[in-house]
Amino acid sequence: MKYRNFILLFLLSTIGLAAPAQTRTVTPITYQQLEKRISNKDTVYIVNFWATWCAPCVAELPNFEKLQQTYKGQPVKVLLLSMDFKSKLNEVKTFASKRKLISEVYLADKPSEQVFIDQVDKNWSGALPGTMIVNAQKGIRKFYEKEFTYDELNKLYQTNK
Amino acid sequence: MKKLFALLTVAVIGLTAFKADNGGYKVGDVAADFKLKNVDGKMVSLANYKAAKGFIVVFTCNHCPYAKAYESRIMDLDKKYAAKGYPVIAISPNDPVSEPQDSFDNMKKRASEKGYTFPYTIDETQDVTREYGAKATPHVFVLQKTDKGNVVKYIGAIDDDTENSNPNHTRYVENAVDALLTGKSVATTSTKAIGCSIKWKKGA
Repeated sequence: MKYRNFILLFLLSTIGLAAPAQTRTVTPITYQQLEKRISNKDTVYIVNFWATWCAPCVAELPNFEKLQQTYKGQPVKVLLLSMDFKSKLNEVKTFASKRKLISEVYLADKPSEQVFIDQVDKNWSGALPGTMIVNAQKGIRKFYEKEFTYDELNKLYQTNK
Repeated sequence: MKKLFALLTVAVIGLTAFKADNGGYKVGDVAADFKLKNVDGKMVSLANYKAAKGFIVVFTCNHCPYAKAYESRIMDLDKKYAAKGYPVIAISPNDPVSEPQDSFDNMKKRASEKGYTFPYTIDETQDVTREYGAKATPHVFVLQKTDKGNVVKYIGAIDDDTENSNPNHTRYVENAVDALLTGKSVATTSTKAIGCSIKWKKGA
């Protein structure tokens, strides 16, 4: 009986553990780690810089998700890199879970904002949203300080893949 | 004659367009004075500050999380530098219709709750914001009073760490003012102003 209770308790606790596992992972990432993440020559990377408080960013996120979903069989990776404050990790996780984001979600870890933004692109004012496409095999790396419709994003991918 | 007039009209329109799109001040420009309403109801102009050696002009506002994160550092700048001749002059650039938290009444409330020691003015026409070329809140312009007028010596961020989480962060504004106070040239004269975009009047 005691044993049975123990098993029941064990089962319950696994259920308990399983529930938070559905929370979307959001990984803090430094610029150096980002460089490493996007270094695979076989893959085209589309990195979207956004924030939970940035309305135009939130509005265009579905376009990036749609691109990732549409080309899930192709070597293209969409990375959603939040520029929210580092202290807002939980808010970003909640946001990503609620929206059921399928792309990889990161949170910028930037000891110096100026350095981080300059490293991404010298000409980036820091305004959001921003999007970068990287195709290491073709030596392509472009940054855009603008919003993207799905068609524009698809065109960006098609012309740089 | 008619043709000439048309040409002149085109030229004038061209010039006006150019002026509106000049992108604001660059380091070395002489900044225009302004007359803006402070939260105490009085008008503020740089010319009122006879004893000042210069100014720390900060475009900031109530609602923006970046402005909020920097608020106490803006207050500290005034406490540290007003007595040395570089007072803070804060200007709220936002249209209160677009962002009700930035209304004049809410500005008054914020300034008195926090005990601002510097003027917190509103740019109702947004002309000063346009003229300076402020892009975000907060956006700082350090001016030095000279015979030519108030010369822009630094444009950009207060430091490179909005969240104030890195104790070794670079204090751009303090470095600039310290240099000016000791007669040196400013090492870093411009940085990117990271923050919330200016809320412009719709249809203006």
